[in-house]
This record gives sequence, C-alpha cells and structure tokens, in this order.
Amino acid sequence: MELEQYRNILSRRNFFRDCAGGIGIAALAKLLEADGYAATASTNPLAPKPPMFPAKAKNVIFMFMEGGPSQLDLFDPKPELTKWDGKPLPASLTKDLQLAFIKPTAAVMASQRQFAPRGQCGMEISDYLPHLSGVADDICLIRSMHTDAFNHHPGQLLLFSGTTQVGRPTMGAWVTYGLGSESQNLPGFVVLASGAGTSGGASNYSSGFLPSTYQGTILRNTGDPILYLSNPPGITRERQRTDLDAMRDLNELHMEQKGDREIAARINSYELAFRMQMAGPELTDFSKESPETLEMYGVNKEPMKQFGTNCLLARRMVERGVRFVMMMHASWDDHTELTKKLKQNCDITDQPTAALIKDLKQRGLLDSTLVVWGGEFGRTPMSEIRKPEDAASAGRDHHPVAYSMWMAGGGVKAGTVVGKTDDLCFHITEDPIHVHDLQATILNRLGMEHTRLTYQYMGRDFRLTDLEGKVVEKLLA
Amino acid sequence: MRLFFLAGCCVLLPAAVAGAATPDYTRDIQPVLKKHCYACHGPQVQMKSLRLDDPQAAMRAIQPGDSAHSRLIDMVTGKSGKFMPPAGPHLADSEIAALRAWIDAGAKFGGASQMGLWSLQPIRRPPGPHDAAHDIDQFILARLKAEGIKPSPPADRATLIRRVTLDLTGLPPTPREVQEFLDDKRPDAYPRVVDRLLASPHYGEKWARYWLDLAHYADSDGYEKDLEREWAWRYRQWVIDALNRDMAYDEFTIEQIAGDELPNATVEQKVATGFFRQTLTNREAGVDQRETHFEQLVDRTDTFGTVWLGLTVRCAQCHDHKYDPIKQKDFYQILAYFNRAMEANIDAPLTGELEPYLHAKPEYDRKYEELLKEYNVPELQTVWEARMVGAMNNPGKDLDWDFSCTSFRAMFDQAERTIRKPAAERTEREQRALTNYFIRGSFPVLIKGTNLGPKMKELRTKLDALNNAKSVPHLTQAYAIADDPLQQVTHIALRGDYKNEGPEVEPGTPSFLPPAHATTRLELAKWLVSPENPLVARVEVNRLWQEMFGRGIVTTSEDFGTQGDKPSHPELLDYLASEFREHWSVKRMLREIALSSTYCQASDARPDLETKDPANMLLARQSRVRLPAELIRDEALAASGLLNDEIGGRSVKPPQPAGVAELGYGRTNTKYAESPGKLKYRRGLYIHYQRTTPYPFLVNFDEPDSDMACPRRRMSNTPLQSLNLLNDPVFFEAAGALAKRVQEQAPGTSFNDRLSYAFELCLGRKPTAHEKDRLATYFDKQQDWTGISRVLLNLDEFITRE
Repeated sequence: MELEQYRNILSRRNFFRDCAGGIGIAALAKLLEADGYAATASTNPLAPKPPMFPAKAKNVIFMFMEGGPSQLDLFDPKPELTKWDGKPLPASLTKDLQLAFIKPTAAVMASQRQFAPRGQCGMEISDYLPHLSGVADDICLIRSMHTDAFNHHPGQLLLFSGTTQVGRPTMGAWVTYGLGSESQNLPGFVVLASGAGTSGGASNYSSGFLPSTYQGTILRNTGDPILYLSNPPGITRERQRTDLDAMRDLNELHMEQKGDREIAARINSYELAFRMQMAGPELTDFSKESPETLEMYGVNKEPMKQFGTNCLLARRMVERGVRFVMMMHASWDDHTELTKKLKQNCDITDQPTAALIKDLKQRGLLDSTLVVWGGEFGRTPMSEIRKPEDAASAGRDHHPVAYSMWMAGGGVKAGTVVGKTDDLCFHITEDPIHVHDLQATILNRLGMEHTRLTYQYMGRDFRLTDLEGKVVEKLLA
Repeated sequence: MRLFFLAGCCVLLPAAVAGAATPDYTRDIQPVLKKHCYACHGPQVQMKSLRLDDPQAAMRAIQPGDSAHSRLIDMVTGKSGKFMPPAGPHLADSEIAALRAWIDAGAKFGGASQMGLWSLQPIRRPPGPHDAAHDIDQFILARLKAEGIKPSPPADRATLIRRVTLDLTGLPPTPREVQEFLDDKRPDAYPRVVDRLLASPHYGEKWARYWLDLAHYADSDGYEKDLEREWAWRYRQWVIDALNRDMAYDEFTIEQIAGDELPNATVEQKVATGFFRQTLTNREAGVDQRETHFEQLVDRTDTFGTVWLGLTVRCAQCHDHKYDPIKQKDFYQILAYFNRAMEANIDAPLTGELEPYLHAKPEYDRKYEELLKEYNVPELQTVWEARMVGAMNNPGKDLDWDFSCTSFRAMFDQAERTIRKPAAERTEREQRALTNYFIRGSFPVLIKGTNLGPKMKELRTKLDALNNAKSVPHLTQAYAIADDPLQQVTHIALRGDYKNEGPEVEPGTPSFLPPAHATTRLELAKWLVSPENPLVARVEVNRLWQEMFGRGIVTTSEDFGTQGDKPSHPELLDYLASEFREHWSVKRMLREIALSSTYCQASDARPDLETKDPANMLLARQSRVRLPAELIRDEALAASGLLNDEIGGRSVKPPQPAGVAELGYGRTNTKYAESPGKLKYRRGLYIHYQRTTPYPFLVNFDEPDSDMACPRRRMSNTPLQSLNLLNDPVFFEAAGALAKRVQEQAPGTSFNDRLSYAFELCLGRKPTAHEKDRLATYFDKQQDWTGISRVLLNLDEFITRE
C-alpha cells in the first residue's frame, strides 16, 4: 500500500468520527480489511473461528468441584462395602498404592447414603442429590474416571492443563484459543468462584504460554463483576465516552503518523472495554429474570445463594456467547466429618445444578452447551479417622484410581452410565477413562481434534492432552 | 565484502566423501586439535591468524578431501622442516592418521552427535579492527542492501531520548532531561545521555526485571499453601546491585550457579545462588516429598538449560530430545549437579545490620532462653521430638502422630534431617527453627488432654513481644543453596518418572558440547563461560538485543535448537557474542547497541516494508514496543510525580481490589497486608508476587506467571487492559496528581503551556497542532485537567516505547 493511499483511508475517519460510539474505528478496521490490509484476527484475537469439523456443542460450562467429591456417597453405590466395614482391604488390592494421608491398611467405611434408581434410565444416585436425580435422564454419568495425581494442586493441574507441571495453558484457554468467542462484549473465558478458594488458584484458569488474551477472567462476587469495570468516582458514562473519543482521536492521529496497525488494535480494545462496561452490569442484572427462575436457582435462598447465582450467571453467559464458563466450588475435600460436610455441599449445589440443566434445556441451550461436573479425583473406600474417639469425624482420603464425574448436553449420551468399578469401588473394571480422555472428548464435542489443537512453544508443539488422550466413543450421543 | 568472502568459502567446499571408518569430528578430531593446537590456534589466540576450531577459518590449513596438500598435516608431521606444535610432544601416529582420514573424508566439522546445529558451532569472530557501533550497522546495512531496502532516517531527538531512557532505566525522561538533550549541540550529546543512563541506579532496576523473569522470581512458594517467602527480595537486591556494578557476566553466571562453592565465599556470593531458590515448593500436607524434590530438580535443570544454554533441555526429562542432540542422560547429568546441592537459608545482613545485632544478641538470647525455660519448652520439646521420630520410624501406629509427621515434613524444610540430628549437633538456626515450629505448629497433638494449651498461647504472645520489640535488631535472611553433605546419588528417571529408576549418572556437562571435566557446580559454571562454550555468549547477547529492539536476532530467544528460529543476522550475532566474551560487560554491550544507527532509527511503519519485511526482521526501522507491565505503572507514577524511586529492599503490597487475595487457598487475604504510606508508589519491580493470586495489573499486562523461566514475554492487547488503565484507582489517582502537577509546575498558566508540559511529562515531546486543537475542544467542554491527564495516560503512545 502506498503511504498516500494509507493516509487516504485514515483521513476518511473524519466521516466515521461523527458516528456514535465505537463505530468509527470498527468501520475503519472494516475498511482496511476490505482494502486487503487488515485481518480481523490481527485486531481481535478473540474473533470467532470455525471449528475443525462440525461441532456438537458451542459452549462449555465446567462445574469444577474442588477437593474431590466422594463418588461412593454420591454416584457409585457399593452395597458390598458393608461386609468390609471396619476391616482393612485385602493386601492384593492395595499393593503399591500410594495415598496422601492414610495407609493402605486403613479400615473400610461403608457409605451411609441411600441409593435408588432415578428417572427413566434408572441410574442410581444418592439421596443427598434429590434435585440432580430429577434430571438423571439428561446426564451421562461416568463411574470410571481415573487420574495420575493424588494431591490437590497436581490433580487440578492435570485436569485443566493436561500435566502436573505448572505453567501450561488450561482447558478454557485452549478452547478460546481454538474457537475464539461469540461474544464481543464479554470475555471469552469466564471464571466463577464460590465457597473457599481453590488449591490451584490462578493456575487452573491460566493461559500459560498462550497469549494472555485467552486467560480466564474472574467474574467477581464482590465489587465490580469484572475488575475495573466501573468508572472511577465522578466519571459518568457520558464523560467516559467523551474521554474515550479524545483518546481515540489522538490515537488515530498517532496511527496516521506511525502507520502501526497495533494502534488500531488498541483503539479496538478500548471500544470493547466500553461495551463491556455496559454488558457486564447487564449480565449481572437479574431484574428481567422471572421469579420462578430465581427461585429455581435458589438465588435468594441460603445456603445456595452464591452457587445459585453463579449457575444463573453461567446460563446468562452462555446465552450471550461466552465460550467457556468455569465454575469453581470449594471444597469437597472431606478428610473428616464426611457425612456432615458432604451434606452441606450438596445442600449448596444440588438444587442450582439441577436448575441449570433444566433451564438450559427449556431454553433450547442444552444441545449446544456441554456441562461437565467433577473434581480432580475421588475418595477412598477406606476411612480416614483423625479423631478415633469420635466416629462421626471419619472422612475419606484422596482416591485417584477410580471416581465419578458427569456430563450433560452438547452431544453426550443422556441417561447413560459409562464405566464400572469393582465391588469396593477401588479399581475400575470397565471402560477406564483417563483425565486426558475426558479432555479429548470435550474438545471433540466442540469440533476440535485434540491432537491438532496445538501451540508451538520452546521448540515443540504443546496441546491440552499432552501426549495422550483418546475420544471416548461411549460418551457420545 | 567480508561476508561475500565467507559465503564464497562455503561454496568452494567439496561435497563430503563418506568413508567406512570416517573419524567423527567431536569424538576423534576435536580432542586432538584441542590438546595440541588450540593453545595457539584456538578460540582465544590465533597465531599467524590461523584458527582451527572454526570450520571456515581452519580451511587456511586444510584442503578438504586432500590431506596430502593440507598444510595442517605438513606441519604436524614435520614435512615442511618445522614441527607443530613447536613445544611439547608431537602428535601420535594414530592421531595423525585420524586427522588424515578426516580431511580426506571432507573435513566435516560437527560430528553426527552435533547434527550441525548452528548454535553449537564455535563463535566466529570477524577479523580486523572494530568500532562496534559502526560494525553493528555494517552487518545490518549489508543485509538491507542485499535486499534492496533503505534504512530509516534517525528518530527525532525527543523520541530517541525517551526510547533510550525507557530502555536503559525503565523510566521516562523528565522534561528537563529532554530539553537539555534537545539543546545540547555537542557532537557527543547522545553518547553522553547513554553514559548517564548506564550510570543511573535505575539501570539495575530495569535490567533486573528481565533477569528475574529468567530466574522466575516470586515472593511466595506457589501451589496450594503458597506461603509467603519473606526474604525472597534479598536475591532481587543482589541482582540489582550486580547489574548496577556491571558485574562481568561470567562472574554473574558463576556466582549464581555456584557462589557458595567459591573459595572463601562471601555472603553476597551465597545470596547469588538464590537464583535456584525461585523453584516452587509444594507444602500440601499429603505430598510425596520425593516427588516434590524431583520436580524441583527438574525445574532447576530446565531453568539452567533455558537461561544459559538457550535449549529446551526439559524435553529430555523423559526421552532423548526429539530434535536437538540432547540425550536423556545429558539431562540427568545436569540434574545431578543440583541433586548434590540442598536448600540453605542463611543470614544475609545488609550494611549496618550486623553490629547492632551482635551487640543486642546476648541479651536477647538470655531472655529467649529464660522464656523457654519458664514454660518448660526444652523438656516438652524433647518429648515431642522423640515421639515424632518414633512415629517416623513406625508409621501407622498412631494416626494423630502420623498426620503430625506428614504436616511437619511439608511445612518444615529438611524436616527429617533436622529432627533426627542430635540437638547438640544442630546449628543455632536449626534448633531455633525447630523450637519455633514446635511452639507454633505442632503443639496440639502433644497437649491433647492436658492444660498446657493456654500456657503455650501465653508463651507465643510473650515470644512475639520479645521478637517484635524495637530493641531487637534483626538480620536480613536469604534463601540460598549449598553443597549437600549427603552427596545424593542421581539416577536417570525412566520415562521421566522419578519412581522408575534407571542407570546411575554422575554430574557431567552435556555430550553435545566440547567435553569438560566438571564434577562440581563451580566447575560447571566455569565451563559454561569458558571459550569452548559457544552458547552462553550467543544466548545472552541475543536477549540483550531483544530488550533493545523488541525482538532477538534469534526470535525464539528461549530456543536455540533446531526447532527454534535461525538467526536473522548470524554474523552479527557471532560478532556481538565474540565482542561480549572479550569483556563480559553487559553495560558495554548495551552501550554499543544503543549507539548504533540501527538502534537510533525512526520506528515509523513504511509502506515499502509492509510486504518486504512485515515483521521487521531486517531492521530497516526500529520497532514500536509495548512497555512491559511494571514499566507502564512506573511511567504513570513518574509522570504524575507520585513515584517513590527508592532503590532495592523488601517487596511492597500496593492496594488491590477486595476479593483478589481471597481467591487463593483458604479464601483469606491474610497474605496480603497493604504496605503503608509512600511504599505503594514504589516501582512495579517491587510489587509482591503471590504466585496463586498475583497483583491483577501485572497479570493483565502479561507479566509471566513465574512458574518457569521466561526469556521472552508475550505481549497481548486486551479490553481488560483498557479497563485497567481507564478505571484502576492507581491510574485515576495518577491522573489527578498529574493534573495538579501540570497546573502547579507548568512554566506558564495558559492552556497551551500546561498542555505542553503534560505532553512532555507523559510522552517526552510537545503536542502537535492537531493534538492541541483536539484537546482544546475537549477542554472547552470539560474544563478538567484530570480529564486531559487521563486521556494522555491511556494513549497507545504512552504505553509504547516508540
């Protein structure tokens, strides 16, 4: 392009400057593009990208239950366990077993929960999850998950970044890197937290060595929903616009002189930020939701208020095109007082979780949204007793060898149970699914082949599934 | 001219003739040449201008494919009547035979093991006298000429002084500094500015940040507990000081890798090894200590490889490197050096601390011991230790004690070793640390069912009072490494799994580089900076170049292997590397770069380059570079006059929004107590880095996560950054302060005077007529200098080094 021609295009900005809002620069970018000098991706790395093959799901809601919920007391009934209650497991089972706290010789603890067949499909779910039981026909229960790590942070790293090493990009970052985002007013990868903080902290939603554009943005419970979303004190929206206009014009003048398209990208970011300032409060404003909806999610009811709010936000984000919503609820790490603590977490999460599934379904969003529920590992059939004098204090240790997760919506087989464990819920006996397989399957539903979603760093191609992973056909609808 | 000559040489080389028993260069030839010839014809000395370690230069004495007409053979056989080497033993017949066979086979430098990887070849220093700045330009211009591209004109002086001030000190020039430079008509005005900046104590701060990225510095442990590392800053202090003193890079390397092994090592030399204490520590109670330790060793090995070799050695953790000549064994040989070291926390007093401490110590010790006695601690602790050791010896007997042990191992560094050591053999530091842990961490187990609880709480309160008393001076501490007396044995971890032990390995330098005898870390470090190692100098000058141009001569500054990018200007890289090795002075190298015309060019985009060189590889212009996170904040604070430019010292915790610290483990913000007063206005370099909940501004602007060495920051451009600059109270406060400053300090009171001053403070230049018009329109409507300030602080130009 000749300098003169370039200047010509830029001087046409005067025309656009008179238009309201951010239209000026959007049009400028279009103009550059039409002239063949700017790709959309060069000014917006989050522009939507087509999947590698037709996708079954467009969005993901990952409900991360930090700490390791007890599959034995929620999803995987083991009546046989009562026979072993109070006795150690046979040595043949626990050979080479390494656990975080207890010894492999610890005594077995049978579950006190009542299980019954639920829904048309008859999948057995615990009495602690009455609401989820009501949507059993919509979920695909996996009873044969396994992982390599038996401590929290490594387990979380493996689940979200595909390796126990720190520093890699996480699932949400990979997905937005691969697909961009449908929403141009909200971040593409949003994180919602409730309960206590997680072991992994930011490393669970980090972009690692991917550009930080793909980093998870925390939608916050206190203050601004997105950091620095509100104007400083005394700055009205009109005033913000006036200031932005001045910034944009000065930036454009500078671009005219320097000819660097990065400046156009910067202007674009400011315009998106301004739109986000509208979209953020709109997202968190529930005034247009019906009373039935609010009640269903438990938005105004303790103890589920926070979690219910997050579930409703998740649905609203999916509606608005946010690509990857990650909910984190901590903690299910019940080493002690299992019965009491598990009940507390179920009381917090069960109703809103079921509400989310129902609501997505009734709005026709479940087909295009993949919901995934689970922790970084499960819990042992053996008990962990830190206060021997108090029987109710018993809990369970971390169990990476066999545990349960579930998925719903977006191209997974509803009303199905995949995988089996032995009578003691110790080992998997059918269809083992490794964390890497789960990751491969999630990407597959989004229309991406996990071996091809790669990023070159430090001289090699990295991917979410590290060097492993296979798509689990049995999970697919 | 010289470039063409070299290129010509390459073309003249005949194709190699593959022989059945062709000697391998690395294995058979290089050791012979090294033994007999390099002393006079090697990397350091080239008598009669002959250099035998360099494939091109060596051709003066070698006729590839024809040993009978190779002068090298004539000389070593004495055929010409004169023997080489002139002193010392002649070459053995077998050695001469090997040389003959090698030459006859084509004299290929680089054996199979080297795979001809460019970065492993010896550094070739171009001959002739050097005027460095001039030479840099010759390399750049020669390439541009070959491509038919003209360089850009020099940047205007205002742009230039802002550029070089930001690049060398990380702070913007003051309006006065700009004006003085504009008024200085002396021919050496610019070199004077460069020298002034290199002598500024802020130089060390700016360049420390890039080094701390490599060390992956942080102020906390990482992982779940993510405990604060109270003394991490002491190592940062060392880096700033070393850079400000322009410590030679070879020394800088040696001290960080093995400062503790230097004869009569000083405290500062030990502090330097804090480089290897930036590794994460997992204190989750249930972790396998062996696994944690192994992960730390892997990180140290990886960091070492990235920082000094520029190679992705970590790929060889599980298997031989797929692309580069790095064997799995190489990885574990390097790891073995670190496996023979242990973490050591040391006293590292700053100037003036020691004397008052020693003076006050006897009195403190007396009170301390008294308190312990008063509460029967010595007796109780003995019982506790015995029970702990008992539980360690017989796990599974008592769950309470088992849990205590697990927790102790995770929370107390070198827990087992310390507690198993008889009290009399412990150092005072070890004993006190253990007592402290006993009093604070583990008591409940022992006192269960007794009435000791309240008494111990009382003791803790009294100890706190004693320790916090103003009369008790403290010594600054440091995290260092030291030789482990146990000299741990290292095994290759098969498939990278520490549980899967393969053959034992000894510490050793990688096989793909000239062999060296190095069994200690000190020898390893010395080998790194020896003339035989071509990587260290190349890798470092490339990073310096990257900081000055926004891109290295090798773009992938983290990877000099076959998967990385090739150098855009290989001769320039080698020239700079050989120059650097002469003196190892970083400041001198930066000065040479800063004085080059290439560096001083305008950065404006050029239509003719859009297609010819869109990525600006050829440097027909300077690059526009977005400032790194810390510098954006520094600049806003500096422009507004808020900056607290105190150098060095502890990390600070500027205010951050509620709810940020709470995202970490346990959902508490106790790890983040805001720093009082002016501390919040210190430079970004000093902002406390909590690994699991870092300061949001830093994350938004691409600060690396400090989990592993980061030789090259990724620069993104996101709406969250815009929100940050627009609405963050820090920046809004800066806008307010800037407005006040402009109104109070501008040389005149007119709108134009004030606007000019604001532009000078923020952008180091005066506004153009268009800019003036536009902001006059704005001001007519708003009548608000804070608004004008806010606009300036948000400009792309403000956060860009032009």
